[in-house]
Amino acid sequence: MSVRDDFTARIPGGDAGLIVLVLLATYLAYVLAGLVLGYTLRGQLNSIATLTFYIGVFAMLSLALNLHWGYTGLFNIGIVGFMAVGVYVTAIVTKPTYVAGGAAQVGGLGLPLWVGILAGMLAAALLGLVVALPALRLRADYLAIVTIAMSEIVRFSFLSGELQQFQLFGNRVGFGGGSGLILDFAPPLEALLRGVGLWNGYLGFVDAFQVLVPRNPKPVVDGLVYGLLLLGFVAAFYWLLKRTGESPFGRVLKAIREDEDVANALGKNTDRFKIKSFMLGCALMGLAGILWLVPQGAVTPNFFRPRVTFFVWIALIIGGAGSNTGSVLGGAVFAAVLYQGPRYFQNLVSAVFPNLDSPSGFGQAISPLISQFDPVPFLLYTVDSIRQLQLVVMGLVLIWLMHNRPEGMLGYRKETASVIPLSRPKSMAADGGSDDSVRTDGGVDSPAQGGETDE
Amino acid sequence: MGIAETYSRGRQFAIERPFALVLAVIVVILLGDLLRGLATGQTQFADIGTLVWDGLMRGLVIGLAGIGLSMTYSILNFANFSHGDYITAGAFSGWATTYLIAGLGRADIGALLLVGAGGSVYGGTLGIGMLSTPLAVVAGIVVSGAFAIALSLAVDRTIFKPIRNEDGITLLITSIGVAFALRYLMQFVFGSDVRGTTAQPPSVSLYFIDGTVFINAHDITLLVVASALMLGVHVLLQRTKLGKAMRAMADNKDLALITGISTERVVRATWIIGGGLTGVAGYMFILWKGTLGFNDGWLLLLLIFAAVILGGIGSIYGAIAGGLVIGLTASMSVLWIPSAFSRAAAFVVMIVILLVKPSGLFSGRATA
Repeated sequence: MSVRDDFTARIPGGDAGLIVLVLLATYLAYVLAGLVLGYTLRGQLNSIATLTFYIGVFAMLSLALNLHWGYTGLFNIGIVGFMAVGVYVTAIVTKPTYVAGGAAQVGGLGLPLWVGILAGMLAAALLGLVVALPALRLRADYLAIVTIAMSEIVRFSFLSGELQQFQLFGNRVGFGGGSGLILDFAPPLEALLRGVGLWNGYLGFVDAFQVLVPRNPKPVVDGLVYGLLLLGFVAAFYWLLKRTGESPFGRVLKAIREDEDVANALGKNTDRFKIKSFMLGCALMGLAGILWLVPQGAVTPNFFRPRVTFFVWIALIIGGAGSNTGSVLGGAVFAAVLYQGPRYFQNLVSAVFPNLDSPSGFGQAISPLISQFDPVPFLLYTVDSIRQLQLVVMGLVLIWLMHNRPEGMLGYRKETASVIPLSRPKSMAADGGSDDSVRTDGGVDSPAQGGETDE
Repeated sequence: MGIAETYSRGRQFAIERPFALVLAVIVVILLGDLLRGLATGQTQFADIGTLVWDGLMRGLVIGLAGIGLSMTYSILNFANFSHGDYITAGAFSGWATTYLIAGLGRADIGALLLVGAGGSVYGGTLGIGMLSTPLAVVAGIVVSGAFAIALSLAVDRTIFKPIRNEDGITLLITSIGVAFALRYLMQFVFGSDVRGTTAQPPSVSLYFIDGTVFINAHDITLLVVASALMLGVHVLLQRTKLGKAMRAMADNKDLALITGISTERVVRATWIIGGGLTGVAGYMFILWKGTLGFNDGWLLLLLIFAAVILGGIGSIYGAIAGGLVIGLTASMSVLWIPSAFSRAAAFVVMIVILLVKPSGLFSGRATA
């Protein structure tokens, strides 16, 4: 582990440098793979945009989860529930009002997108409050079961025919049932740019992009710029959570994680702190959900299956719970290697061998292998069903991590609740040495070094 | 004196247990609504009879599968999220056997072993049922139990044993990983389509006050198998030395170790009993409902958790009772709320129990 610590300490720029380094390495790998297989520039840019998008959403979600689990020790496995509420409330507030004969079955309130986003975050936070009030007094595993049950209740509610449409403030609105909702309003990027009056400038920039991508460059540019926007949101999440974690409020949260009874005995109303932290995290999950799904143009309840929750958990565990840098890294690595990687590989295979017809079922795939030792159909079937197998791989990665590296990629980096270094100043005790010697071999938590090695 | 005392006791109860009071009021309101429906003829007695029977069947499956979950929860001290996929794995192994025996010579062996993946062969065409192909069904029950035992022992040996002494959350996260790997491996092999597995079983109609309640052969099979297995577990835990050791272990691990009980032996016995019951529960669930998909066990898992928590973790009688309550809730809730929310209603019952009595109905008395 010391080798690893040395490595992270030697990177210029500390943690931010590490994140940038990992991102660059990831992009380089994707671009090289694309180059080797002769992707067009458009294809390259698209795959980079998609990759950035997923890095952004998973980094945001695992940062929010880190506030729950890494800081406060709340085992929340109902993440999709909060995302779903955020997205659906945003949709209802922002969708244009219902017009008979229009494309959409139901309308919304027709308010601006930023109002919708705020309403969505607020709704997610309120749902967090409703869940937290009873559940926080329970053991961690009970909280887990309550939150996952809640996320399923949310999904069933959005699926149900009864809430498909109803009246709200005299408008015909609804959740659309199983077929979902069309999000027929301006996507976040356009709304933002129009809001700050840069929309025409942006369109000019898109036109200028025709030098690189001659035909219809707008989707490509949209994807790239939206990816950048998401990375900006990741930075904002990071900053917010870092500030929260370092504030007196954050110190109480860490104290609760370490020993709730002690924090209680010191006169902190731990329930209230836990509820606030839970609500803040839920609002951020709602926002991440909105930023993930609103640009897709439509949303169905069955997107919000519990597996998405576990994706975020895997991302957080890869990075290491308790560390914001780790959360971002975990999100990036998860998105690049486990989530987007297999699909990219599948695309590559179909680009290199365009005319493959893979067997339609396991039976047709395995029988040539048994009867004629012909592995080709089996391999084809494997590549074809890579979306299922990637989940198998995720499960195995999770098991491997829990066995071998439960503290995550960056090693044990949980921040202590204390503001002063807890490690014993050895040299001071031994020979009353100077301040310098403390810095050279003292604890990593000493304030002088804090900026480099710790968050 | 009597009135004053009753009043003060009632007052104290209301202050100490406000949730219990609210709960009682809600139950009274729901019952009142039901009685009004019956009196005005909106609701028929026979409808309620059908729902109760349906809930009972569902509850037996949940209870049977819940025993294993409850035992591992109390003895190994973690919530096993891969339990639902043991159910599915048991069901697939058992149904592959049933298909093979019932359809041998009539269809391709590969298609039979894959339980008709991709619509290559249908259970209805093979005429599978308890009365039409009893041998195939019995063999399927045995294989599903055996396979689930083998699977849970193998997973325990390779995955849970190395981290036996970690805390419950580490084990819980690991079990999520196991669940993912198992479920999507099954999807990889058996495909993602939901297939019908049985032919329409013969049924008898019972006249019940103002209508009929249908009870079919598979309901009876489920009732018999589940009751017999539950009785068997009861005898095992109460009458044998192994049962005593398991109860001791669940009650107090350190004390059990001091008295010379071998931990690993008890753990192995737990997986064997729990795994076997789980596999059979999976098979019977599919036999009863007549369709099989790779997600079935996972979808059932949350209801099983609800049942286990309801009954009190560690108590097998609690798991059975909790299973029946959850099954009846899920079935009967359609009397009051839209059917889309029936599973939600079961979860709400669980959350309410966690609020009112977090230790569960049977107070988590360890496997006793």
